[in-house]
Amino acid sequence: MDSDEDFLSTLSSDDDIMLDDSENDDMSNGDEFDDAFDEDPDDEPDLGLQKQKTPVAYDIGFKVYSPGDIQQQQEDMMNEVNMILEMSKEDAAILLRHFRWNKERLIEDFMDNSDKVVEAAGIVTSVANPPQLETLDGFMCDICCDDDEGLKSFAMKCGHRYCVNCYRHYLTQKIREEGEAARIQCPAEGCSRIIDARSLDLLVTPELSDRYQELLNRTYVEDKDTLKWCPAPDCENAVECGIKKKELDKVCNSTIEKNGGCNHMTCRKCKHEFCWMCMGLWSEHGTSWYNCNRFEEKSGTDARDAQAKSRVSLERYLHYYNRYANHEQSARLDKDMYTKTEKKMVQLQSASGMSWIEVQYLNSASQALQTCRQTLKWTYAFAFYLARNNLTEIFEDNQKDLELAVENLSEMFEKPISELADSKLKDTAENLANGMSPNKL
Amino acid sequence: MSLGTKRLGKELAKISKSLPPGITLVKADDLQEWLLDIQVLDQNPIYAGETYRLKFRFGKQYPIEPPEVVFTKQENRPIPMHPHIYSNGIICLDLLGSSGWSPVQNVESVCMSIQSMLTGNTKNHRPEGDADFVSTNKARPKDIEFYYHDNEV
Repeated sequence: MDSDEDFLSTLSSDDDIMLDDSENDDMSNGDEFDDAFDEDPDDEPDLGLQKQKTPVAYDIGFKVYSPGDIQQQQEDMMNEVNMILEMSKEDAAILLRHFRWNKERLIEDFMDNSDKVVEAAGIVTSVANPPQLETLDGFMCDICCDDDEGLKSFAMKCGHRYCVNCYRHYLTQKIREEGEAARIQCPAEGCSRIIDARSLDLLVTPELSDRYQELLNRTYVEDKDTLKWCPAPDCENAVECGIKKKELDKVCNSTIEKNGGCNHMTCRKCKHEFCWMCMGLWSEHGTSWYNCNRFEEKSGTDARDAQAKSRVSLERYLHYYNRYANHEQSARLDKDMYTKTEKKMVQLQSASGMSWIEVQYLNSASQALQTCRQTLKWTYAFAFYLARNNLTEIFEDNQKDLELAVENLSEMFEKPISELADSKLKDTAENLANGMSPNKL
Repeated sequence: MSLGTKRLGKELAKISKSLPPGITLVKADDLQEWLLDIQVLDQNPIYAGETYRLKFRFGKQYPIEPPEVVFTKQENRPIPMHPHIYSNGIICLDLLGSSGWSPVQNVESVCMSIQSMLTGNTKNHRPEGDADFVSTNKARPKDIEFYYHDNEV
């Protein structure tokens, strides 16, 4: 998305300014210090040297982490939470993932209401009841319809029980084919309980566990605000950089490619539903699917970040200004035309054999054109300040109609004399003149 | 024996015996492809008196993966008019995509969902861009990423 780039570059330039400021402060302090000590003119070269040391504006600090480092960071965080909150490392991992590795928020929320946090993250608290495979009498798996005796089954705390085989297939599908890890839900329809690492280890092969771990690592980098994958293909390293801040709250900032017909998009990672056309919230589209031609005011801007917001307002301004300016320009050209109208009228008179009175419509057409251009020009200024409601839509429809008619008339005006005798021009001009006068708009 | 064999066998046994009103099993000679007819029972003028044919295709991963479900056109079996159904029979319905599907869904529940999707519809038109989509789409229905969550249509 362009806006992202803009966003980043604006952010980085902000950072630069801050960096420069602090640098300058240091420098000036240093200078004062120097000045206070000695006024040796030999200072000059030193100063020059110091100036060269100033970091260039685009030079921003960053760190590179190998897959091992990423793993280590996660371990460190888990250990820390494990120590502070006195829980197992697995549970700490689940909680950290649940809070998208925002350790501070996790600890705060946990202190506040530990039961709620534990419940929301899907951790089984009672030690007496860890997740385990069970064999129940009379159990039939709703997925494969198997009801053999001794069939091993598994259920998370939500109680949706399926046979181990189906669970395994389900997890394999999610991990291998769909590349999901941190947010795999219970197979039951509409159940949003997330499968935790411990349950997963119980169910799948070590090979799949490895893949799961790899995907979890990935979500760590994607969840962390300051981390981003190295953009080089096949590079496994992550880059940490202070300027990479995700402030897109609901939208997760992954790139999405549209490959189907519908405009209703759902992000696989964050489940955010949006419209492909306007990038706004899908829920706000109500029943007007497929039909996104509105210049949206709310959802689109909400979905974008602050920088993009100003961009949108600029775009909106330009949208109206360009049309305003365009009509102004056209009015000027039409005015030139007006000065030539009289000559044209004479030509038309001799070419078509019409009387002077009869060719007067050219004059009135030209005047109508002028008035219409003037009106149209200002409708855009007017529309810019209009609040969005039903009346605005009616206004825009009228505006569109007038615009269409005016362009038609303007086009006819440019035709050679021989075609001007056509009565259509006369009609259009008269209609327009009539339409304009009773203040229709 | 693939994963879904037993499940499909049981499903078939069940729907051969009874199906909800308006849904009839037409053909299920194997466990790969089934045909069912559906009708809209209330007096929705868009669908009154018509019968539509659904084709189910089950992959190796069924029921972990969703089945491929499309309307097929033949004599007396048109493609129903609906803003989520393309004229080539492809249905834009979230529960038929991998993110909306749950292995607990089955042929009967899918038929009922599609039936109710028609029942509630009041818009007698195709999706926007239908002509383009129908002429350019080569992807299998389940690989197309569209998702619908509204139950109003």
